[in-house]
Amino acid sequence: MEKNIAYIALFAALIAVLGLIPKITLAFGVPITAQSLGVMLCGTVLGARRGALAVGLFVLLVAMGLPLLAGGRGGLGVFASPTVGFLIGFPVAAFVTGWIVEKWRSAPMGITAGIAAFIGGVVVLYAFGIVGMSVVMGKTLAEAAALVTAFIPGDLLKAGIAGMLTASLAKARPGSVLSRA
Amino acid sequence: MISLTSPVRTRAHGWPAGPKLLALCLATIGLFFVENLAAQTVVCAAVLLAYLAPGRVFFRAGMSRLFILWPFVAVVLLWHLLVGDFSAGAVIVLRMVSVVALANLVTMTTRLTQMTDLMRRLLAPLRRLGIRTDAIELAIALVIRATPALLDKGHNLRDAWRARTHRRPSWRIVLPFTLLAVDDAEHLAEALRARGAITNERE
Repeated sequence: MEKNIAYIALFAALIAVLGLIPKITLAFGVPITAQSLGVMLCGTVLGARRGALAVGLFVLLVAMGLPLLAGGRGGLGVFASPTVGFLIGFPVAAFVTGWIVEKWRSAPMGITAGIAAFIGGVVVLYAFGIVGMSVVMGKTLAEAAALVTAFIPGDLLKAGIAGMLTASLAKARPGSVLSRA
Repeated sequence: MISLTSPVRTRAHGWPAGPKLLALCLATIGLFFVENLAAQTVVCAAVLLAYLAPGRVFFRAGMSRLFILWPFVAVVLLWHLLVGDFSAGAVIVLRMVSVVALANLVTMTTRLTQMTDLMRRLLAPLRRLGIRTDAIELAIALVIRATPALLDKGHNLRDAWRARTHRRPSWRIVLPFTLLAVDDAEHLAEALRARGAITNERE
């Protein structure tokens, strides 16, 4: 119980800090914010339930008015803005990611985690994000989808990175990858 | 940690958080049913004027938080200009700005302690279902404490990176960073267990 709470709290803090640190650079010089990478890591490392709880805790703290989103944003306003779908989809994305890593144990850790992060953190998350955007902006789903396609390549890379990081983490601290515990 | 509550004291700071949140929900839902351009303009102007009431510092802080909406405003207006249905686009944009501005207004005039108390009351029904809400409250406090601590460690990592290369930190820096979080979590779990923070109550 204590271990679960400690991990959930620290990973919620990890998502926050990944959004607050200056942008990191990808191989060919594209700067990204790592916040959604944090959501993917919650799923791949903590598993479905704990991962969703950690991300849910993070979203709750944003709603309570803490400036934890990338760029120091937060508060109730973000729940009324066009990006609300992504915020609501965050815990679900972590859950789906974690569920896949828990169930699919035959492939190497890095590959499983990478594909899980893609399905949870890109497919599921964008489904939520696009619906939210189409509701707030009064556009059709296809129009909303067209607006966010520019961000998909970056998130694909992040899913790959999440896979590699999870594999390295499993080597460095085997006991910490709770999704496989 | 600093929350987004405005340091400029307003009358609304004294209002209870629950009714403010309920009013915000009702206003948000209500505005989604208003399709009249004139009505939406009046509402939007009224909300923005409300920001002026506590003074210029408050107004400027509020507007800078609204400014992040500009790409969405631009896209919607441009789209509706091209389609030739400008008033429909204006309604969407005005509604978006009003709703976000109202929500920010609640956040700016509600202290974190009020929000925490409200959370506690909203979670109360879950307690009757046997869900341990004290664990959620503990976790909230832990995140608020752990975030600045972790941010400090992140800055140390970045400085270590900068001491070795002039290039910007690449994604590789996330691994040692995650390790820091994992090790912190292990220490925290031990400390919680030693103090019997959670198990004692259950027995």
